[in-house]
Amino acid sequence: MQFHRAHVLVCHGTNCSLKAPQSIVDAFRGALKEHGLEQEVRVVETGCFGLCEQGPTVVVYPEGALYCRVTPGDVADIVAQHLLKGRMVERLLYREPALVKTVQTFPEAQYFQKQVRVVLRNCGLIDPESIEEYIARGGYLSLGKALTTMQPAEVVKVVSDSGLRGRGGAGFPTGLKWRFAARAERQPKYVVCNADEGEPGTFKDRLILEGDPHAVLEAMAICGYAVGASRGFIYIRGEYKLSIAMLETAIKRAREIGLLGANILGTGFDFDVEIRLGSGAYVCGEETALFESLEGGRGEPRIKPPYPTDRGLWGQPTVINNVETLANIPHIIEKGAEWFRGLGTPSTPGTKVFTLCGDIVNGGLIEVPMGITLREVIYDIGGGIPGGRQFKLAQTGGTSGGCVTEELLDVPMDYDSMAKAGTALGSGALLIMDDSHCIVDIAKSFARFFVHESCGKCVPCREGTKRIYDIVDGFSRGRGTARDLELLELLARTLYMTPLCPLGQTAPLPIMTTLKYFRDEYEAHMQGQACPAGVCPGLGSGLTKEVGAW
Amino acid sequence: MATVTLTIDRHKVTVEQGTTILEAAREAGINIPTLCYLKDLNVLGSCRVCLVEVKGARNLQAACVTPAGEGMEVTTNSPPVRQARKTALELILSDHPYECLTCIRSTNCELQALAESFGIRRVRFEGERVQKPLDDSSPSIVRNAEKCVLCRRCVAVCEKVQTVKAIAPQNRGFATVIAPAFEAGLARADCVFCGQCTLVCPTGALHEKDDIHLVWAALADPKKHVVVQTAPATRVSVGEGMGMAPGSIVTGQLVAALRRLGFDRVFDTDFTADLTIMEEGYELIHRIETGGKLPMITSCSPGWIKYIEHFYPELLEHLSTCKSPQQMFGALAKTYYAQKAGIDPADVYVVSIMPCTAKKFEAGRDEMSSSGYADVDVVLTTRELCRMFKEAGLDFAGLPEEEYDAPFGITTGAAAIFGATGGVMEAALRTAYEVLTGKTLEALDFETVRGLEGIKEATVDVGGLPVRVAVAHTLGNARKVMERIRSGEADYHFIEIMCCPGGCIGGGGQPIPTDLEIRAKRIKAIYDVDSKMTLRKSHENPAVQELYRDFLEKPLGHKSHELLHTHYVQRKRHQNM
Amino acid sequence: MFPANPQYHYEKEVEPKVISSMPTTPEPVLARVDSIIAQHRETLGALMPILQGIQQELGWIPEAAMHRVAEALSMPPDKVYSVVSFYTLFSTKPKGKYVIRVCESAPCHVEGAAAIIAELEKQLNIKMGEVTPDRQFSLEFTSCVGICGVAPAIMVNDEVHGNLTPAMVSQVLSKYK
Repeated sequence: MQFHRAHVLVCHGTNCSLKAPQSIVDAFRGALKEHGLEQEVRVVETGCFGLCEQGPTVVVYPEGALYCRVTPGDVADIVAQHLLKGRMVERLLYREPALVKTVQTFPEAQYFQKQVRVVLRNCGLIDPESIEEYIARGGYLSLGKALTTMQPAEVVKVVSDSGLRGRGGAGFPTGLKWRFAARAERQPKYVVCNADEGEPGTFKDRLILEGDPHAVLEAMAICGYAVGASRGFIYIRGEYKLSIAMLETAIKRAREIGLLGANILGTGFDFDVEIRLGSGAYVCGEETALFESLEGGRGEPRIKPPYPTDRGLWGQPTVINNVETLANIPHIIEKGAEWFRGLGTPSTPGTKVFTLCGDIVNGGLIEVPMGITLREVIYDIGGGIPGGRQFKLAQTGGTSGGCVTEELLDVPMDYDSMAKAGTALGSGALLIMDDSHCIVDIAKSFARFFVHESCGKCVPCREGTKRIYDIVDGFSRGRGTARDLELLELLARTLYMTPLCPLGQTAPLPIMTTLKYFRDEYEAHMQGQACPAGVCPGLGSGLTKEVGAW
Repeated sequence: MATVTLTIDRHKVTVEQGTTILEAAREAGINIPTLCYLKDLNVLGSCRVCLVEVKGARNLQAACVTPAGEGMEVTTNSPPVRQARKTALELILSDHPYECLTCIRSTNCELQALAESFGIRRVRFEGERVQKPLDDSSPSIVRNAEKCVLCRRCVAVCEKVQTVKAIAPQNRGFATVIAPAFEAGLARADCVFCGQCTLVCPTGALHEKDDIHLVWAALADPKKHVVVQTAPATRVSVGEGMGMAPGSIVTGQLVAALRRLGFDRVFDTDFTADLTIMEEGYELIHRIETGGKLPMITSCSPGWIKYIEHFYPELLEHLSTCKSPQQMFGALAKTYYAQKAGIDPADVYVVSIMPCTAKKFEAGRDEMSSSGYADVDVVLTTRELCRMFKEAGLDFAGLPEEEYDAPFGITTGAAAIFGATGGVMEAALRTAYEVLTGKTLEALDFETVRGLEGIKEATVDVGGLPVRVAVAHTLGNARKVMERIRSGEADYHFIEIMCCPGGCIGGGGQPIPTDLEIRAKRIKAIYDVDSKMTLRKSHENPAVQELYRDFLEKPLGHKSHELLHTHYVQRKRHQNM
Repeated sequence: MFPANPQYHYEKEVEPKVISSMPTTPEPVLARVDSIIAQHRETLGALMPILQGIQQELGWIPEAAMHRVAEALSMPPDKVYSVVSFYTLFSTKPKGKYVIRVCESAPCHVEGAAAIIAELEKQLNIKMGEVTPDRQFSLEFTSCVGICGVAPAIMVNDEVHGNLTPAMVSQVLSKYK
């Protein structure tokens, strides 16, 4: 093994790579060679570092200097100043939003101070294509521990005791799922990783897979051992090209060194993983719809019961877990249930990865203990609202989540508290909006999304989402009436109470919450009155066609 | 058997474990409304019309898919339940054409009935409706996607009962439509036109092609000599369409009513059913004696014929070459009858009353005009005929019973039972036994081939020859039999296959509703018709004997071959008709 | 042969939804389809990987290819079409060489996707859902593709462009012209 005196970590997550980090990597390699430093300094292409808004980011170790918005032109400076002379390049260092002062190293940044990195601990630090780096950071230790020192039932018990709940949105206790599947007698059983991340505003699973794919593979193997399955599937969105590439490499490497495949670590345990792609259907994030799709059909949800642990993929007992849920598993096995329970809140232990987007200074990927308040996330981590505007609302949990206003910012973020507040923690998307936005316009965007994504199987969702859109669209054109407002409420209530699957049942949440908190804005749009934010008239008449074009 | 006890509307109900709330409620005398539900066939929980409140559940539950649980407290009639059901229905209606007055299913539409019983007086939701072209590409079935409520009952029948799989849900969400591949017309699909989808469609989205106007026009044309034939199964089903109880035998009223419509002669397809037994019986004997292709399979059911042409073209040689009774009738009407009555065959106009939508397709087949004229001019389904009776203002039930005209009105009980699954087989066995042994058959009722079991098998001793027979109804069961033939497992001599569940009495052109219970009643009625006949064996039909003597000469003779036998075509799958 | 019953002997057509610019798909194309089928045939749940392969290879899924798939997997073509028409990444019509997918989900909407759409439509002189006459570009909506960190964003084939402003649109397009 070769030692390097310094490491240059270039974020290669999709968000940063858009801004051409490959050319940054090339520039570094060129400059290092020029200075004869290529043996001393190693350039690593890492997964997402989290600070997407400030990308492309480059971190130089051992100092941990965090350079933001780096361009290929800046590389020569970093090499000449920092790596050769040991002086940080002040002008590129991360600047705390509210402060004039620059932050020298990333642990100092407030953005990172409130974060606790369990799931993301390797993201941005290791080369995701290198299984060696993953192993060097303790990877596959937990699989080894489980296979060689624990009975399957013990593994299930540790996961149960940890109190881990599904991070895909529903918050179902993971240990319970595993126990049901372990108890099922029929073979074969399957482990499915749900990477069909479709909730608008959510990109955590993509970045986890881009940055630390082995964590998910290790977890799936552990799950397979615990429940008695030897075959795993990762159902991932077809659009996630980089994640797919990283997973493919990871699976190949893990097979090569015997961490996937037959007789893993000589224990006689067989487990292998296949990647399957989605083809553009949000509803396939629903577990039974995902099974339908994976089996080669229309992604239409099934009736439950039977539940997946009883009859899942191809009618066989199946554990299906979200990417983030799985990424927690190796740490839980390694450090134990007690350690995990020490994080987060009693009802929802652990951390949660959120994706921050919209009108926020530091958009990106963060990981915080469960129970943190939205206010802390927006202002302490996210750096607040840019451009001197006022916070108007945040939508939590993606488009199927509810909207919260200023007065709810201090609700602790865990599954139960959020549900009590009339919204959802959901997948971890946080969409922040300032006061320049029109609520009717936003609601129309939500409504259109569900018209497009409803699978069409059950009546309330198929017809109801369309009628909700029709009514909200009417408001945006000044045609809304008081009666329409009543109908909208009736439809929202009906959708909340009656559809077949969670897509339909959560579709009305954004409508219900905007009606609850911003009714006056809907009323202002009635009967030809104005759009207070001045957004709606400007949109013109082109928008109904959009639904048609879809 | 394990049971669970639950409370439905404060009534305690004990049911078998696995029973749904819907069934449990029905046992308790509470009728929860449904729309997409078809027992054992289409259990999707998609229309949400059967929603109920289950204590402790966050959402309302669909009763048709939710299993009854121990200690469950179910409310089927509460303000939230009523409102949810009503809203779901209103949402369906908001995407449905308001054409009840002119709809073919008016007054016999499940959606209309639900709207009526829910007291919906106005649909509050407005907006875009699905716009789809009318599919009248097929000669048998019209598909009107705008009236479709996407319950998928048709898909279930087509796939699970008939294994044809001609239609499926296409597109997604609000744009979803039930259609053949590529949203083409039914004519381009592998549809066999059996019409079972039209029986289960709750609305007017799938229905028979309406040909009534052609018949009215022919009846009004003084140059035309319009003769009508009635299929065996129609005499036990037309009554239902005219408001009588299922299983009513209305042979006499049917004849009377047809005369009142103005048909010049009222004949009976039963006559050519008897003739079919002669031709098919001799064909079977011939095949057995000469080492011909066995097992031989019946060819009366046009849906079945189109099915084997699409799906098992390599087995076509197994089919009897006999035309169906409908087509034999037409061929004879325009030759033997025209000659005998002294009418120019060009002026003879043959109308068939059939329980079947595929018969329309059969009448249009290229092979069905060997006399130089189309054997059959127009086919009306039982449903269409009932509409004509209503239009003519007939008090059907009150009509005096009348007799069919000679010569094609003289028939036997063996022909009547053609309408039920197993009937052709039984009729054939009655004749084969007597023809081959020369002895009189004492026990006429072959119970082993009767009934609603999917595939029935029997070995019948015919003068020392053990004749192995099988009877299958529905194309799903036909498929199983075909697979056995293909694998060489089937050592039968003779197989009867009927396309529709229960045979023709359950045909796709029969009155709606046609369900399992009603099918059983019609079957019972048709065996009653048989048992009351004086002649119960086809070869004893004097008119048939006369026909052979005066015209055909002998079974399988030259004329028979020309007029009464046919050939089949290999149909490519998934291509044009 | 004598004339058949004219009443029932007619071949009306309902215009099928799938219209290819080629009435029949040429054999070399079908050969590529066949090799994709062969590649996945033994896979459990082979339909999706096969369709994805064809979409990737041809840029769309012609009717003739769906027939091939149906035959190979012993399933009726309406089932194949049923699946194809369900997923937005499958196309039954030929598309432009570059498919521009615009996200209009809430995060991109909030960041001004509507203005990007307007600019794209203006620059390409087509509406959303259409293809340019020279078949270079298709404009389509997509659901959130998880690049909200750089909203508003578009995808041009597999390439992502984020943090867009209307002013940047022509620059992005010029990359492909």
